[in-house]
Order: sequence, then C-alpha cells, then structure tokens
Amino acid sequence: MKKTIITVVGKDTVGIIARVCTYLAENGVNILDISQTIVQEYFNMMMIVDTSGTNKQFGDMADELAALGEEIGVVIKCQKEEIFDKMHRI
Amino acid sequence: MINLFEVAETNKMIEEENLDVRTITLGISLLDCICDDVRRLNEKIYAKIYEASKDLVKTGDEIAREFGIPIVNKRISVTPAALIGAAACRTEEDFVSVAGTLDRVAKDVGVNFIGGYSALVSKGMAAADELLIRSIPLALSETERVCSSVNLGSTRTGINMDAVKLMGAIIKETAERTREQDSLGCAKLVVFCNAPDDNPFMAGAFHGVTEADRVINVGVSGPGVVKTALEQVRGENFEALCETIKKTAFKVTRVGQLVAKEASRLLGVPFGIVDLSLAPTPAVGDSVADILCEIGLERAGAPGTTAALALLNDQVKKGGVMASSYVGGLSGAFIPVSEDQGMIDAVKAGALTLEKLEAMTSVCSVGLDMIAVPGDTTASTLSGIIADEMAIGMVNQKTTAVRLIPVAGKGVGETVEFGGLLGYAPIMPVNRFSCDAFIQRGGRIPAPIHSFKN
Repeated sequence: MKKTIITVVGKDTVGIIARVCTYLAENGVNILDISQTIVQEYFNMMMIVDTSGTNKQFGDMADELAALGEEIGVVIKCQKEEIFDKMHRI
Repeated sequence: MINLFEVAETNKMIEEENLDVRTITLGISLLDCICDDVRRLNEKIYAKIYEASKDLVKTGDEIAREFGIPIVNKRISVTPAALIGAAACRTEEDFVSVAGTLDRVAKDVGVNFIGGYSALVSKGMAAADELLIRSIPLALSETERVCSSVNLGSTRTGINMDAVKLMGAIIKETAERTREQDSLGCAKLVVFCNAPDDNPFMAGAFHGVTEADRVINVGVSGPGVVKTALEQVRGENFEALCETIKKTAFKVTRVGQLVAKEASRLLGVPFGIVDLSLAPTPAVGDSVADILCEIGLERAGAPGTTAALALLNDQVKKGGVMASSYVGGLSGAFIPVSEDQGMIDAVKAGALTLEKLEAMTSVCSVGLDMIAVPGDTTASTLSGIIADEMAIGMVNQKTTAVRLIPVAGKGVGETVEFGGLLGYAPIMPVNRFSCDAFIQRGGRIPAPIHSFKN
C-alpha cells in the first residue's frame, strides 16, 4: 500500500469534500481515513489515501489536485505519508 | 495513524517557519581520474562527475515534491583537487584549468556549488598543495560555482603556520581579484582546523579520501522551527527550554534522514551522514541569532550569548543524534554574519563584535563565518585571526573555520551585498594592533598535549 496524505485548507464552502472525493474516485485512489475540522470559518481536512490503484504519476496527481484546489478556492497539498510518520513517530 | 494535528504541525513548519532541507550533497571520489596529463585529467574529471551527478537535481526536485518539503540546494563535493592534480599539474594555470572543469560540469548538471578545490596541509605542504593554494585567487575569480577550502591544522598534527601565513595573503589576493563583486571570491573560500571528510555544507565541502566512491550527505536546517517552538516556553526554566530544543531538533533531523535515505535509494548511492547543523539564511525568521534572543538575550552578542549558544548547540545534537542512524559533517549551530538577519542586526546595533564571535565559536561549529572586514586589513592580521581560530579548534578537538571577506576598497561602516543565500554584511572593525612578527616566524605549532592518547 502506498499511503499519501492529502490536506485541504481554505475558506469553507459547499462541496469541497465532494469535489476532492470525485477526483480521487475517478482516478482509482482509495480513501482510508478522513478527518476534518472548521477553525474560525477555515476548512481544514486531512485524508489518508492509498494510491497503489491509480495509474497517475505522483507529480501529476499533485498538480491536478492543486489546480482543483485553486478552482474551489482552497489549498490542496499531496505528500507521501513517510514525512509525517518519521517526524512524529519514534 | 497520523492525525490532523501532526500533519498541520509539519506543514506549518514548512510553510511558515522555513523548515527545509538545506542541501543534498553528492560526494564523488576523483581518485580514479588521476593521471599525468592535464588535458586527459580534465576530461576524466568531467566525465566522472557528469555521469555520477546527471540525475542529482532532478532526483532532489522529485523528492521535494513527494514529501512537500523544499530541498534548497543540490551540490557536489569531490576529492581535494590538490591530490587529484598532483601528478598532472605543473603550474598554477594547470590547477586553474581543473577549477574550470569543475565549474563547467557544475553548470551542466545544474548544481549551484561544487566543493573540493581543496588542499589538506595540516602538517606540511607538498609542492602540489602549495601550487593549488597559490592558484586559488585566480581560480575563484574565473569560476562561478567552485568552492575552495584548505585544512590548516588539526588536534593530531598541530597548526601549519607556514600555510596560515600563506592563506592570509591568498585571501587578500582573492578579495582583490574579485573587487568588482565586493570581493565575492572570499565567500567561496574557507580555511579549517579539523576539517571533516563528510561535510555537506559549502564552502567547506570536500569528499575525503576515507570515503567510498560516491556518497550522499544531507544538511538539514530549521532555525525558524526552533525559534517558534521556544516561543511556547518563554519564562520557563532551562529544563523546559532544553527539552523543547531537543524535541524540535529530533523532528527536523528525521526529515533530513528521510530525504537522505530516499535520495540514496533513487540515485543508487550509499547514504553517508546527516549533518545536524542549524543553518540560517538571510530570510526573516530563519535566524540562529533570533533563537538566542528567544532564549533571553536582547541581541546576539549580549553577555550570556556564549552560554546560550553552547546550550543550543548541545541540545540540537542530543535531539538530532537519536533521529538519524549516522550523524556527521559539521553538526553544530552556524553563526555566519551575512547569512543571518539577526546577526546582521546585532552587528549594526553594536552588540556583536569580532572578539565575541570568536568566543562563540569555541562552543559551536563552525567558526568565524561570512564576516566582512575592511579591505585594508593586512595579510598578517588575517593570518593572526586564522591562527586564533585554528587554536580554538586544535585545543578543543573540534572543527573550526574562518571565512573572512576583506572587502577591497571598502571600510568600517560600509555594507557589502553578496546576494542570494550569501546575504549582505556590514563591515566590522578589526583589532588594529599588529601580529606581524608572530606570523613571520614560520614553521608549525606542535600538537597539543591531549592529542597524545595512544
């Protein structure tokens, strides 16, 4: 399994999760976990996804999600899980 | 499983606190390029470096993208050129041609610096060592990306005072030859005591002869992250302070270790070390001096600075050592003046002097770094400053370095601008009393008594 963390941060609006999930479904990316909060009207979401089923290159997916974020007015970042795992787990 | 807050913390470090990987440095041995014909030597050097590093920049960018962390520099270090050129180079111009080759290949593979135009003369200078050293001013004025270093002493050998004397003059000449660019050449020239073989940071990186054919060394950064973490423990005691620095250093180093391992895997090159140094940049919020202020000093240079820096350096190592399987290089807090906005401000405010900086270097690497001094500083005074710094390294069994810029045609009160990561610096006054008779003695300072451990 190749785990990737997708973070979405920005002003809350209708359909953010729907748009992101649609993109992931269309590209064969499986969502393992979603957590989300609203802090001072700011939408803050983290998804843990499995990218082993997609044909997309990591870089292309990151670019397309970033572009989708721009369209919705939020910032979407894609990062491999290891950076968080290494930093926060001994 | 990783939670939202941990992800947010990491990304805040990257986006707001300037967390980055400062450099991935690919060390390449040039020992197998040695031959007795200069033209052939240059061809072999170019071919070996190009082949080894053609994917370095691309791979670095790829890793940066995958983990969402900037990897600021991709660089190369090579075996000291004085060794590689010893059989072929008969004149200074021959050595300069090697520097030209290094510069050309650095440009062709897209790295911003290549280190290893170096000589190791801690006990004595062979003919080729002296030839290389004498060629440094011309080599640095005719190239853009080549960095040069000279090891002048060590705890085991003492200090080569003949070489110290020579380097004072070489630094002056380098400043003169690059006068048009505010003596920029001197920013690419550093002298060491106890130079490490696996340092990934410029200008002092070279690939030691004890290293494998190729190796990946990574330098981390993160002064901004430490500073921000310390804001949470204002007014608390030293235990709380130290714990916070350790935990933060652990996190920063883990990122370096991850990037190093990934680069090693993708390039098929063994992983060498992670260098734990806190390396500042001129960017606001990326300053070691600001950490010292956060610890409780009004300005870097105020009484208490040496103690605060000692504590900081030690805690960074304690946190970092556990985060990486191999730690090496310089691994200490860097205190360059021109590359650290807080240091620049401290100098301008009159809080920080050359003498205080010297005291600070006795408790942290890496020495008197990126300090602009008046252009009329004599060669023997530069040698005297170097000798002092080498003595601190020799006696304390640590690495020390000197990277001074005697800015040609400028004096105290003026500012020099180097641009980019090298920053800018106010020119600092130098003690005006002479040490000429001391420097003119010649010979070497014997190794200190505590080097006899056998």
